[in-house]
Amino acid sequence: MNITIKYFGQIAEVTQKESEQLDFSEGSIAEVLDVLYCKYGTLKNKEFKIAQNQELVSENEKLTGAEIALLPPFSGG
Amino acid sequence: MNRYNRHIILPEIGQTGQDKINNAKVLVIGAGGLGCPILQYLAAAGVGSLGIIDFDVVEASNLQRQVLFGNSTLGQNKAMAAKQRLEDLNPEISISAYAEQLTYQNAIELFEKYDVVVDGSDNFETRYLVNDACIITNTPLVFGAIFKFEGQVSVFNYNNGPSYRCLFPSAPEKGSVPNCSEIGVLGVLPGIIGTMQANEALKIILGIGTTLSGKLLCYNALTAQSHILKISKSENEISKVLNEKHLFSQKEMDANCAIPNAAISIENILKKENIQLIDVREPHELPKVEDLEVTYIPLSQLKNNLEKIDSKKEKFIFCQSGIRSKKAVSFLIELGFSNCSSIKEGAPEINNYLETQQKATTDVR
Repeated sequence: MNITIKYFGQIAEVTQKESEQLDFSEGSIAEVLDVLYCKYGTLKNKEFKIAQNQELVSENEKLTGAEIALLPPFSGG
Repeated sequence: MNRYNRHIILPEIGQTGQDKINNAKVLVIGAGGLGCPILQYLAAAGVGSLGIIDFDVVEASNLQRQVLFGNSTLGQNKAMAAKQRLEDLNPEISISAYAEQLTYQNAIELFEKYDVVVDGSDNFETRYLVNDACIITNTPLVFGAIFKFEGQVSVFNYNNGPSYRCLFPSAPEKGSVPNCSEIGVLGVLPGIIGTMQANEALKIILGIGTTLSGKLLCYNALTAQSHILKISKSENEISKVLNEKHLFSQKEMDANCAIPNAAISIENILKKENIQLIDVREPHELPKVEDLEVTYIPLSQLKNNLEKIDSKKEKFIFCQSGIRSKKAVSFLIELGFSNCSSIKEGAPEINNYLETQQKATTDVR
């Protein structure tokens, strides 16, 4: 299935893009992360949470959505 | 005409709603990029009791986004300077300025005095401290944070909703996420995010609309896109904080954040009168600052030379890079000296600054 992946903040700086589309067969969110870790070497050092279809989920969650977002914490004020 | 007429004629607010605003007590953490717009709109709206806590001083590089300040307030404490500006904006409300750092020791007592806390701080340690103190005192928290061109807004600990720890359970490793002073920020961004925070605070006070409780709003100023993501509550994260409640006030701020006095830049110091400049480097260290009157006391000799410190003057301490000067300030404050601050620049930069100033004067002539 075709998944849109959105990147925010420092994560978008690693990927050099705000979103992209990738094709996945069925699986869990963790498998999406594995692909992204291979594609973007420094992503593994970054802190972030994952949302599937606008809802924060754990990486063990089954991949069901059309949209995955990688969300880092911000501290600036 | 009533100051709040434009609120009162809205059927959703009316006199009843305005009374709620006038009776509300809101504490704003930090009077910086986010704090300024938050404070400006809450004061204008008539929030009856407004608290501001910030230990930092106004610097020229703040004025690009911290809209409550101007040239006339450079070098002043931000909480005090904000109070002064807001009292002119709305003299009908009561404003308390706390010119000190928020710590594990003062947070609980302070939060208990307020109905809502709005976080405009600029580091993770303070953000987790604020979140945990809100859980312990059962106070709703309006959260806002920024990074370059992007912002996040949410409401935590409100109506049995999630807390910041339900989203990000613990602070990232130090240094892994840079702050505004290291990487820059678009000036208008904290204006947008802080204004959204003021709006969430007013909805909580008024009980109208839908707040961002259980949701995180992500805004990108470059694309004008926003995303709202759902956050679920983690009872486990919240009970962890409550179970360690008795240890809260024993925790210490990290040394890097717990600088008793913010470093002040030389530019702002030279505008002041009745000051004593102290060089805490060892005698062999160069360059000396020869164009200003300087007292020399190496950090290693400080405790044997306390008589050289003029208690009647405002004391500014420098070294080579700004690290030893902070240690010296902490040491003097512990010994009961007041009015000591660290100079942000080291001796080489101080000399560079003085040189450019002299050059500028000569060029004018």
